[in-house]
Amino acid sequence: MAEAVMNYDEAISKFDPVLGLEVHVELGTNTKMFCGCSTVFGAQPNTQVCPVCLGLPGALPALNKIGVESAIRIGLALNCEIATWCRFARKNYFYPDMPKNFQTSQYDEPIAFEGYLDVDIETDEGRKTFRVPIERAHMEEDTGKNSHVGGAAGRIHGADYSLVDYNRAGIPLIEIVTKPITGTGKYAPEVAKAYVAALREILRGLGVSDVKMEQGSLRCDVNLSLRDTPESKLGTRSETKNVNSLRSVERAVRFEVSRHAARLAAGDTVIQETRHWHEDTGISTSGRIKSDAEDYRYFPEPDLLPIAPSREWVEELRATLPENPVVRRARLVADWGLSEIDMNTVVNSGALNLIVEAVAAGVEPAAARKWWTGELSRIANDRGLEIDDVPVTPADLKRLEELISSGALNDKLARQALEGLVAGEGDIDAIVKVRGLAVVSDDGPLLAAIDEALAADPAVAETIKSGKLAAAGSVVGAVMKATRGQADAARVRELLFEKLGVSE
Amino acid sequence: MSDLIRKNASELAELIASREISSVEVTQAHLDRIAAVDGDVHAFLHIDTAGALSAAADVDAKIKAGEKQSALAGVPLGLKDIVASKGLPTTCGSRMLEGWIPPYDATVVTNLRNAGVVILGKTNMDEFAMGSSTEHSAYGPTHNPWDLERIPGGSGGGSSACIAAFEAPLAIGTDTGGSIRQPAAVTGTVGVKPTYGAVSRYGLVALASSLDQAGPCARNVLDTALLHSVIAGHDPKDSTSINEPTPDVVSAAKRGDIKGMTIGVVKELGGEGYQAGVQSRFTETVELIQSLGANVVEVSCPSFPAALAAYYLILPSEASSNLAKFDGIRFGLRVGDDGTKSVEQVMSETRAAGFGDEVIRRIILGTYALSAGYYDAYYGQAQKVRTLIARDFAAAFAKVDVLISPTAPTTAFKIGEKLDDPLAMYLNDVATIPVNMAGLPGMSLPIGLAPEDNLPVGLQIIAPAMADDRLYNVGAAIERELLVKWGGPILGLAPELAGA
Repeated sequence: MAEAVMNYDEAISKFDPVLGLEVHVELGTNTKMFCGCSTVFGAQPNTQVCPVCLGLPGALPALNKIGVESAIRIGLALNCEIATWCRFARKNYFYPDMPKNFQTSQYDEPIAFEGYLDVDIETDEGRKTFRVPIERAHMEEDTGKNSHVGGAAGRIHGADYSLVDYNRAGIPLIEIVTKPITGTGKYAPEVAKAYVAALREILRGLGVSDVKMEQGSLRCDVNLSLRDTPESKLGTRSETKNVNSLRSVERAVRFEVSRHAARLAAGDTVIQETRHWHEDTGISTSGRIKSDAEDYRYFPEPDLLPIAPSREWVEELRATLPENPVVRRARLVADWGLSEIDMNTVVNSGALNLIVEAVAAGVEPAAARKWWTGELSRIANDRGLEIDDVPVTPADLKRLEELISSGALNDKLARQALEGLVAGEGDIDAIVKVRGLAVVSDDGPLLAAIDEALAADPAVAETIKSGKLAAAGSVVGAVMKATRGQADAARVRELLFEKLGVSE
Repeated sequence: MSDLIRKNASELAELIASREISSVEVTQAHLDRIAAVDGDVHAFLHIDTAGALSAAADVDAKIKAGEKQSALAGVPLGLKDIVASKGLPTTCGSRMLEGWIPPYDATVVTNLRNAGVVILGKTNMDEFAMGSSTEHSAYGPTHNPWDLERIPGGSGGGSSACIAAFEAPLAIGTDTGGSIRQPAAVTGTVGVKPTYGAVSRYGLVALASSLDQAGPCARNVLDTALLHSVIAGHDPKDSTSINEPTPDVVSAAKRGDIKGMTIGVVKELGGEGYQAGVQSRFTETVELIQSLGANVVEVSCPSFPAALAAYYLILPSEASSNLAKFDGIRFGLRVGDDGTKSVEQVMSETRAAGFGDEVIRRIILGTYALSAGYYDAYYGQAQKVRTLIARDFAAAFAKVDVLISPTAPTTAFKIGEKLDDPLAMYLNDVATIPVNMAGLPGMSLPIGLAPEDNLPVGLQIIAPAMADDRLYNVGAAIERELLVKWGGPILGLAPELAGA
């Protein structure tokens, strides 16, 4: 049963949206937050567990120092203050994916708080910066993962039985919570998306997480409420979970604005609830009703000592922060001689770091950009890969470029070589050899192919001779086809004109 | 054989080390004793005959091979059933964990095994250590060897009773509000709650994490110290474990010299509510201490009267969370899983069936105390009381070296006498609780029998954090004099058990 929605533009003309974003990041530590179990993704269920992360009677947590370090670095990168003293707390609730039936988290004493992140979006008035205020970033542990078998669509309700995999239980998480984001107006969906994208860039740059949304290492909950005007008090919010791609973040905001608006315009109230986002249909559906009165009975975790990061340690960690992405972007735009629009294409492709790495390996910026935003993006898209997972190294691109500039490969052959790389056929040189990718530089076969092409289309020679040089294209194309792309098109053209006695 | 079971642990260890007797013989003697008397005492929930004899044989083999052994190698021990032991049932005295075999050893158990201590089996206790009489065990009460009609204290009644009944010379207890010291007092044995963080809590099934502490139980001060030094030490698996060297408790237990020390009598821990015979033995002990050249002063700790109330907010609060994991999903009892019920129903039915009344009472109390809107008034307020108690202790220890009081207000009461009156039961720990609230070390030492009932009375000795050695020094000084006065160990005055 689909809920009524109002056209987005109409909704925005009537109401002022207020956003809130909660992002959970799985840290890329080798071991879990409170035990030594591996965090590698994709292992057989319940093989990366021990008495601690299974919550066996008697087991106790021991804090992962790298987890704390990562939390502090994230806090610093988000311009947060770092607590001088903070504690873990227990968040008590019963659920089968929680081994202890409480989550070890932070409550009123987060390790990082009061920060912000500036994000740029394109507006009708050009590029504009929005400052997203960050309330806190705190440490916690992930839960296990439930699979509900039978019944409706993997939901617990109506399932025949449920299975729990505790491999994920205890993996370090950082939860980053914004304050209410106001003043975005109609750009709320774009600001939300840009925030998550910018956050992802920062986290990737810090090297603290692989930030793969589709594997759940970066998970986003979108809170949204509407109010009549920017001066009105905040409306009732919905919390949309499972928003697991950048595109979905934007769409979920848009959808919720339209849904809230329809309810409010019809005189209904918005229900404070958790909603599930459906990537396929682009709508959210009601989850559980959530009230502020939900009582997790938080209290300080007595099994862990308070954390009191010394200011010296914090400053040491600050010194390890990579360049701020905004500053870095400006620098790269200058270094590479790009327009802002080109840079947007690069950033949106998700390949910025890949290009930086290729340039560092000696590839010309223009070439690196061309391959990553063009052919390699297309390959990733076709194969359903994240761009980061395309198996092409900076060294591969460098070798490819060498072969092109020496004339051994042309553009078309280079693309075939990349296909071969992604297909796992070996390194560039091996692929070139096995696939027989080489520009035909011997004029003999080319002249033969030209003769064949002219014979197949007797009229074309006269047309060219009459001065319509553009007609040469069809001959060159035929020669390229006959030589399976291995001909040097420029040489073919040269030979053709020579043969016909015309000059360019 | 009977003379073997009456020997101290230190004597047994020496005999075993010098190969005058084997650990197997010693272990078998205790297993025989258990077979003879435990039907009446019920100190043990599980006896590991094969494991104990095998561990004993290992020690014998190593000694024969000339390997250097610990000071307690080959000596048998009773392990409280709240301590996780690999391959051995660990029920915590609850139906909830009936049949659960831990896949890992608590650090305490690892330390014991490494020292060649022979684990005879698991001792009875109040369910999840909630109680002062061991009557709350789901497997039936333990009986006090001094009078089988009476309680052996709790929650670690099995550990104290097995020592008092000569079923083992050593035992491990855990003490959250007095569960080592009060049983020691009412069974005429010695028990020590070390400084919080001195002994790893890894593998102790948690009752109240900020109060729990494992400790040694034995029949005399030196044996207690030897066991203390085996189990104590820093453990990275327990974040609250103190990373400092363990005080030299064994030397202190051998020293026993209190001349020139200042010893404080806690004014608030005595008088009204304390049995006359308990009070009179305590007063005699104060005089004894003075006669040994120590200076005795009275010290007031004005916050102590609030300790019991605060404790019964903090303990249930932490326990309500610690015991949440018992839900039938991953281990232990599962009730109602007939394929028709939701996971919530199965969890709920499991918990209703698996927990006894006292456990349920405290879970409800704690859940309430932590609830939004009540947290500040209850849990928050209780934590402030805790701070005040710590300040009282700090002020006292600025003036004195150790503090003393009776361990428990009464001698052992009759089984069933206080079972329907939780408040009366809770009052047993009125003198021991402040020590846990401040994380300090405390000892209970037998100081005689109450004239009116001929049952043992315990003296509590309290020291500053990480000054556990002072307990042993003071305890040893008093014990030496009392042994002379009694003409031998106090347990020599206990009636012979019928089964023996």
